[in-house]
Amino acid sequence: MNLEPSYWPLAAVLISLLGVVPILLSDRRPNLREAWTVLISLGKFTIIAALLPAVLEGGGYRITLAEVLPGVAIALRVDAMGMYFALVASFLWILTSIYSIGYMRALDEHDQTRYYASFAVAMSATVGVAFSANLLTLYLFYEMLSLSTYPLVTHKQDAEARSAGRKYLTYLLGTSVAFTLPAMILIYTLTGTLDFTAGGILAGKADASTVSLLLVLLVFGFAKAAVMPFHGWLPAAMVAPTPVSSFLHGVAVVKVGVFSILRMVFFVFGTGLLADLNLGVVLTTLASITVLVASLVALTQDNLKRRLAYSTIGQLSYMILGAGMLTAAGMTGGLLHLSMHAFGKITLFLCAGAIYIAAHKSNISEMDGLGRRMPVTYGAFFLASLSIIGMPPLGGFLSKWSLVVGAIDGGQLLLVAVVLVSSMLNAAYFFPIVYRGFFARAADGNGGEEIREAPLLCLIPLSITALFCLALFLWPSVLLQLIQMVVSS
Amino acid sequence: MSATNLHMYALATPLIGAFAVMVVGRFSRRAVAPMVLGILSFSFAAALAVFLQVLSGGGFRYVVGNWLAPYGIELSVDHLGSLMQLLVSGVALTASVSAVKSVAKDLEERQHLFFTLYLILIAGLHGLVLTADAFNVYVLLEIASITAYGLIALGRGRAVVSSFNYVIMGSTGACFYLLGIGYLYILTGTLNMADLARIIPTLESGAALATAFAFCIVGLWIKMAFFPLHVWLPNAYSDMPDGAAVLVAPLMTKVTIYLMIRFMFSIFSPAYEFIQHAGVQQIVVGVAALGIVCASAMAIAQKNLRRMLTYLIIAEVGYMVGGVWLANAQGMTGAILHIVNDALMTLCLFLAVSAIAYHEGALDFDRLRGLFRRMPVTMAALVVAALSMIGVPPTCGFFSKWYLLLGGIEAGQWLYVGALIFSSLVNAVLFFRVIEIAYFRTPDEVAHGSGHEALQVREAPAAMLQPLVLAAAALIGVGLATGPLVQHVIRFAVPVGF
Repeated sequence: MNLEPSYWPLAAVLISLLGVVPILLSDRRPNLREAWTVLISLGKFTIIAALLPAVLEGGGYRITLAEVLPGVAIALRVDAMGMYFALVASFLWILTSIYSIGYMRALDEHDQTRYYASFAVAMSATVGVAFSANLLTLYLFYEMLSLSTYPLVTHKQDAEARSAGRKYLTYLLGTSVAFTLPAMILIYTLTGTLDFTAGGILAGKADASTVSLLLVLLVFGFAKAAVMPFHGWLPAAMVAPTPVSSFLHGVAVVKVGVFSILRMVFFVFGTGLLADLNLGVVLTTLASITVLVASLVALTQDNLKRRLAYSTIGQLSYMILGAGMLTAAGMTGGLLHLSMHAFGKITLFLCAGAIYIAAHKSNISEMDGLGRRMPVTYGAFFLASLSIIGMPPLGGFLSKWSLVVGAIDGGQLLLVAVVLVSSMLNAAYFFPIVYRGFFARAADGNGGEEIREAPLLCLIPLSITALFCLALFLWPSVLLQLIQMVVSS
Repeated sequence: MSATNLHMYALATPLIGAFAVMVVGRFSRRAVAPMVLGILSFSFAAALAVFLQVLSGGGFRYVVGNWLAPYGIELSVDHLGSLMQLLVSGVALTASVSAVKSVAKDLEERQHLFFTLYLILIAGLHGLVLTADAFNVYVLLEIASITAYGLIALGRGRAVVSSFNYVIMGSTGACFYLLGIGYLYILTGTLNMADLARIIPTLESGAALATAFAFCIVGLWIKMAFFPLHVWLPNAYSDMPDGAAVLVAPLMTKVTIYLMIRFMFSIFSPAYEFIQHAGVQQIVVGVAALGIVCASAMAIAQKNLRRMLTYLIIAEVGYMVGGVWLANAQGMTGAILHIVNDALMTLCLFLAVSAIAYHEGALDFDRLRGLFRRMPVTMAALVVAALSMIGVPPTCGFFSKWYLLLGGIEAGQWLYVGALIFSSLVNAVLFFRVIEIAYFRTPDEVAHGSGHEALQVREAPAAMLQPLVLAAAALIGVGLATGPLVQHVIRFAVPVGF
């Protein structure tokens, strides 16, 4: 791959980090502050989109900032895989920013400046992870993301938020220091480099037991991917304001975890090495257990956001499952599910937020009949849940189809069963919500006549993301092309 | 001034300045602060010039007053020495900006006396990092220690008792060291480091030499509070005035570790310590690991920010002693890097403590409630220092820990590797506990509906904030500069044969 030196990747990462300054300075002028947020999110997406053509032509960009250790620099690079993730994340950030304005103002939340500033830092970290050229840089941005989202998770600053925040950092920081850091040092000792290289760097440098150890350390070390048993932080993090749950804990944070694991599988271990040592089964076993157990737990949750959180835990492991199949179709499916799930889950969370603003309800059992009051919200919810279940004509179908094909290609019929059973479980925990919304009678007799749809600033983003679930089924070509480039390398 | 004399100016200015401050301070208290800052700025500029000179032209030896060794005083200005001199003068200058403010508040009438001791201590540290004579190490170490006893005794509460405790322990350490070099002198007839290094390999490696080595090294361990010889440190460091803590806490233990490195590699040799006494090496690394774990555990039990930090200093001493005794290049690089990084981290933490104490007084965890609202800048700097202590990149703490872990893995010292990771996790718990209290809890007065000033921003004076912010920035800056620092400076300090 031919990577051209350029400052643009750095600009893409830094724009939202430096954007914190004007956001903080306009503390007393909310309109100006929100204008900055939207402007920065648009700028970020524009820069990333401008880098896309070169990547599609098979090129890319790179920049080395500082050579901090022999053979290891803090360096960024834009390749197909990073571009794919950065594109999805930065696009969804624009919509989340707009939604945040509607949400935070409707609820008259405190400390909004801190909220927007932390959000911007988190976004820098997310794109930083996407564009990292080596494991050290990735680790740096990964930690930055854990820390910058802490004030967001604990936004309410009450006792519940405090214990959630404690759990959040214990899981995320604890695993990364205890597992990822030693794994990284071990890789460096073995290979003398940490650069992401297509086909991996470990082949021939480590024996089977060391590679297995590293794999397990890294899968659990990137606990943002919420592979069981290190998933407990995600439901806890749901105390955050809904835009945070939707974007960060539906898209950015959790996908950073999955993205990191996939980066390891493709660019550190190399699928060839994992296939030779027959280690794909480690990934698929851990992922299958998580997929099934999380879906079952989701069934039992009455709090809407917690149900969505367990759904997220399950869906994330689909992506790891796909990578673990070690077949082209499986990997394509796993990567594709990253974006399909992103659009679907963000819509679901945004709907949950809209319901909370409009009706101040967060438990599913209290939402009977709400759909008739809020048809747009519930319509979007329905579309997005169909996509995540994997029904045509919605994006999620493509990724699940690809996963099933991948499992058959690899001759792993058990995994086909896992995907299908779990999809049925998905239907089982999503449909009742929609059904109750549209058809059930409200328990207290009055249909809540005073309840209206949420503010427009909330409705528009969630409609757009819902429509994207549909559009991505029809026109997935750019995303597929990027994925193809990753898989074929 | 000739270019080769610059390091002498860096050393002599604080020494002479100390007496000038005492005399002038009797008549005009206002003149003390500008004098101290002027003296230390000059010293820092000279140290910086020497460092740049060594970077470009390499190290050199210097004979004070042209009295030749072995009778005269010889100094060795090499890469490591000039780096340490830069560190000492830089930390001293930064600390003094803050100290001037806090001492004016805490000690009022006795300011000039405080700064007299303060400057003599700095001069002693300058001497320690440069000297090439084993006996001068003893003399200078006592100059630094005795002034430190004095500074501690000026502190609050039971400071006099703590200081006395430190006097007993410190003097025991000094006696051990003196006995050790006595043995060396009997065996070799010289105390010049270069001569010693030449003669020792020709001696038969017998009990006498081992006794000399053991006395010296244990003496230094007492002085640096290496576990389990650390008991004097927590009381002494938490009771001294904040103005002294910002200087003593970052530098004293670190300079002593530097002395241990000098003693082990400029007088004795890796072959002596690591090959002839490989068993001792294993034990020392094991004790270091144990020290890291125990000190971290004791830090958890503390309910006061200052005391918590003192136990962390002991844990960090374990990092560095362990790193040196790993007996490989990575561990040694990590240890030296950590001397620099830990000095900066401790500086930043104690500057933050001093800034918080300026308004709050005591630093029990209960008093920290709501501090993020009252002192946002201070807390931001504290968070950066905390991240460095935990070892989050790109702060410098990550990189030294990286080298230390690398060395530990290379040496197969899994106990030490485990201890480092354990201590990182404990640091995360410790600091996030503090951050959580400062972020969530609102002070009681607010809960009772009175005292809204508890929610107003009330930062420490600018003179205390500026050095703090500078130190926090340095943690990131030094972290990013790790590559060149190792490449151009520390590499030369790693003994040949590693």
